[in-house]
Amino acid sequence: MNNFEQVALLLTILVPLAGAVLSMLLPRNRPNDAWYFAIFVSAITLVLSVVLFVQYDFAAGGYQFVRVYEWLDAPLNIDLYLAMDGIAAPLVLLNGIVLFGAVLISQTIKHRTRDFFVLLLALGSGVFGVFVVQDLFFLFFFYELAVLPMYLLIGVWGSSTYFDSDKQRLWGIPVRFDLGAYDRPKEYGAMKLMLVLVAGSVLIWVGILAMYVVSSQAGNPTFSMMELGRLAAAGEFSPGFQNWVFPLFMIGFGVLAGLWPFHTWSPDGHVAAPTGVSMLHAGVLMKLGAFGIIRVGMVLLPEGAQAWMPLLIVLGTVNVVYGAMSAMSQRDLKYIIGYSSVSHMGYVIMGIATLHPVGLTGAVLQMFSHGIMTALMFAMVGAIYERTHVRDITILNGLMKRMGFASFFFAIAGLASLGLPGLSGFVAEFMVFTGAFKTYLPLAVLAVVGAALTAIYILRLLARTFFGEVDPRWEGLTDASPVEKTVGGAFVLILLFVGVWPAPFTRVINVGVDSVMQLFNDSATSATNVGLGSLLQLF
Amino acid sequence: MTPEFVLAGIAFLVFILDLFMPEERKDLLGWLSAAGLIALAVLSVMMLQGEKETLYNGLLAVDAYSLFFKVLFIGIGVFIILSSIDYVRKHLSHPGEFYGLLLFSVLGMNLMAMSRELLTAYISLELLSFSLYVMVAYALGSPRSNEGSLKYIIIGALSSAILLYGLSMVYSTLGVTKFDAIAQALNDLTEVSPALWAGLALLMVGLGFKLAAVPFHMWAPDAYEGAPLPVTAYLAIASKAAAFALVVRLLAEAFVPVTERWDQWQIILVVLAALSMVVGNLVALAQRNLKRLMAYSSVGHVGYILAGAAVLAPDSLLGANGVVFYLVGYSITSMVVFAALIAFFNATGQEEIPDLAGLADRQPFLAMAIAVGLFSLSGLPIFVGFTMKFYLFTAVANEGFLWLAGLAILTSLISLYYYLQVIRQMYIQPALAASAATGESPEDSHTDGEGSHADGQEHTHTPAHHESPSDYTPLPRPSGALIAVVLLGLIATVGLGVYPAPLLELVEGASSAIIPGG
Repeated sequence: MNNFEQVALLLTILVPLAGAVLSMLLPRNRPNDAWYFAIFVSAITLVLSVVLFVQYDFAAGGYQFVRVYEWLDAPLNIDLYLAMDGIAAPLVLLNGIVLFGAVLISQTIKHRTRDFFVLLLALGSGVFGVFVVQDLFFLFFFYELAVLPMYLLIGVWGSSTYFDSDKQRLWGIPVRFDLGAYDRPKEYGAMKLMLVLVAGSVLIWVGILAMYVVSSQAGNPTFSMMELGRLAAAGEFSPGFQNWVFPLFMIGFGVLAGLWPFHTWSPDGHVAAPTGVSMLHAGVLMKLGAFGIIRVGMVLLPEGAQAWMPLLIVLGTVNVVYGAMSAMSQRDLKYIIGYSSVSHMGYVIMGIATLHPVGLTGAVLQMFSHGIMTALMFAMVGAIYERTHVRDITILNGLMKRMGFASFFFAIAGLASLGLPGLSGFVAEFMVFTGAFKTYLPLAVLAVVGAALTAIYILRLLARTFFGEVDPRWEGLTDASPVEKTVGGAFVLILLFVGVWPAPFTRVINVGVDSVMQLFNDSATSATNVGLGSLLQLF
Repeated sequence: MTPEFVLAGIAFLVFILDLFMPEERKDLLGWLSAAGLIALAVLSVMMLQGEKETLYNGLLAVDAYSLFFKVLFIGIGVFIILSSIDYVRKHLSHPGEFYGLLLFSVLGMNLMAMSRELLTAYISLELLSFSLYVMVAYALGSPRSNEGSLKYIIIGALSSAILLYGLSMVYSTLGVTKFDAIAQALNDLTEVSPALWAGLALLMVGLGFKLAAVPFHMWAPDAYEGAPLPVTAYLAIASKAAAFALVVRLLAEAFVPVTERWDQWQIILVVLAALSMVVGNLVALAQRNLKRLMAYSSVGHVGYILAGAAVLAPDSLLGANGVVFYLVGYSITSMVVFAALIAFFNATGQEEIPDLAGLADRQPFLAMAIAVGLFSLSGLPIFVGFTMKFYLFTAVANEGFLWLAGLAILTSLISLYYYLQVIRQMYIQPALAASAATGESPEDSHTDGEGSHADGQEHTHTPAHHESPSDYTPLPRPSGALIAVVLLGLIATVGLGVYPAPLLELVEGASSAIIPGG
């Protein structure tokens, strides 16, 4: 093992954190310096995450880049245990990409710029941490670290939304109960997001303590997930225990994953957040929730998982359909994407809940693919809003003629999200459907209907907002800035790449998924021998 | 005892110098007291490290536990002195007595951590309380200060009386007052007589008042609100820490060794803890005055610490470690918040929550300090608040009270809401116009003017958050001492949150001194 491999995972956490700390030393009144510095830092993390992903040896599988730093010895026994497996690898890459993109896009932040990037980088560090630690204490530590900056990021730099009472009809159909005119100040979104997410983490915390108590009774008090995994394999966690602790993790992490009915923070939060934060939040943070369900819930409590998965897949299906229907009734661009995220996270949740290798692989791939596509959409909406100060799709029209690049990028992301073959969304959703068809046929059918609903609202949105006649009001608009073009173009290329050639991703994810699936007795099948190989040849 | 004698000597020296010192140079007394305390801390560590003995026939203990708390109390004393020098000069008369009293109260706290006998503990507690009674009333001209102090004295005297009465009943039934002798007597006892029950109950009520645990907390908000700000800080931090230092030693040496009875009795503390966290945090939601908010929030924290004290066990250090660690973390974090609030008060003379509006633009360093402190108190990483809560709640859960740990976590979530309200004022609300700075509800000053209008009819307005903050007058810079205190506190808050292992080693040494079986 060379030097780089020894410190690589630690660096992913430390570089953005150190960047955040160093940013505080920059002068307050020079916003560009803060931006350049943040680009520098996030570029390093991007390179790190790419190298980590490429260097991950999928043939060997398992946990790699393992490194253990003692942090606190007995009686708590907490170590900073760093390791990355095939499930974490693409997500680390995702965070590297989206963090870099979000920093670039945040060029437009001119108010307290330095503080913005301090918080943004701290958030990025927290996300990396969750993906690469193997200790429940640190997993929770980084999880909360990723949530903490959100309040200020949204509250200070976000935007408020105003609903006009007679505009709550879309083509004559009332879209909401008539509440009269009302505000959604940004503080509302920030506070709601913060409280709901921390409420979720209350459950997680209790679950972690419960597991510690059992390990302590077994004579080996520990928070290490490796040790706990061994205890689980030795049958220390009784089925009764698993059955009440698993839902704590399922709902606690599920809240962050946008699990219905705990999803309502997500659209409000994403809409209120500034562009870069929306990108990171919808793109990466929501994946922490789904990742937590796999990493903590399924791996440590397989029997509990088995017992609760039928409920989870029902909730996931509701997510898909309800999210899509909500998105259909929205007129605010950001709300549409926000609900679309809820809907797409539904596929992730469904894929996890199938407990089927292909479904689970699809879920992880969907996390990556949705992370990129939703970040791209938010970036482009941000670009549009920056110029028009409007996000209402009944008012925006014909943007393709004035903002060609931004519209084109948005359209590609939209097509990816409705599952157009050739783009990443199709591969991922196809796998999720395959898994679901083999396990829960009726729900899979419903989910396909959800995908059709996605097509409706995305195409309608595209038709209205980007095509058609240009309102004279939008004559003077300028197209995306070079930075926005760069980000948009790069993200589109990634979507295409994954859509055309998913193998580099699926083969890494597979090894991770296989080791998870080994915990589930009745699935003697592994991702590779249910014909995934042949499935992959399709693309 | 040398350090205690030295401390008393410094206190007297301050009182005497006060008589001769010209009025405008009395700041020197503050510096002198702080320097004396620091020297004392060094002296204590050098003299007493590794010592383990008892003085005066077992009345006082010189061990790692008392040394640990001595250093903590002295540290708190130094921090309070440094952060109050400006305040005292501007707002209070008789600075000499202020510092002298503060030194005496530190002496009282040190003795509390050393006491191994009920009467000694009582006397040390009174030494602390009497200093505090006077300090709370220190703002002579302010009716609120007088009212708060009157309430504090009456309740304090009442609780002292209850404590003394309980103590005498324990003595009358058991015949001993030393902690270890009580344990022995309880062990030999076949049956708990009604008189002993009453004695123990009164003891608990008396201490409950001193700790401000629910339902004995009602004096706290008034006393906190009335007291001058540095004294509020002192009440919130030092008197809590000292009372817990005493209570933990009492529990660990007198009750925990009697395993059978302790198993039955700990539920009483558990109930008190649960009540304190729930009531303290719920009532804090309704507060608009910063001091009252901190008062109720500290009641909530007392609940957490009590939960830790309730799970002390003869064979495990986890609970004791958790409590001691929490006390340190809580003291440091609160110090950051209070020092920043004192600096804010020095600059503006305001202390309502809405007055903080726009602080992030007017004095960003203070705003950051308060925000960090409050995030830490609500238990978010990377601050010490997260680590200490995690440690303590783990201890609580591990002793079989997972539900109590869950309740504590849930009430931490509630506390996050009211802490965020303060942070919202500082970072999100714009500063009120100077003329309307007081008396106007902050809810009237919405920020909805900015931000997106989804209807888009009027896209002429300025986009969000691009308004220049230039109309905010920056506050004057806080004094060097205050900046130093806040900065040190911030470093400790983050440092202990990221790497608490060195501190926990010391904590473990301290708690193994009172729980030998751990």
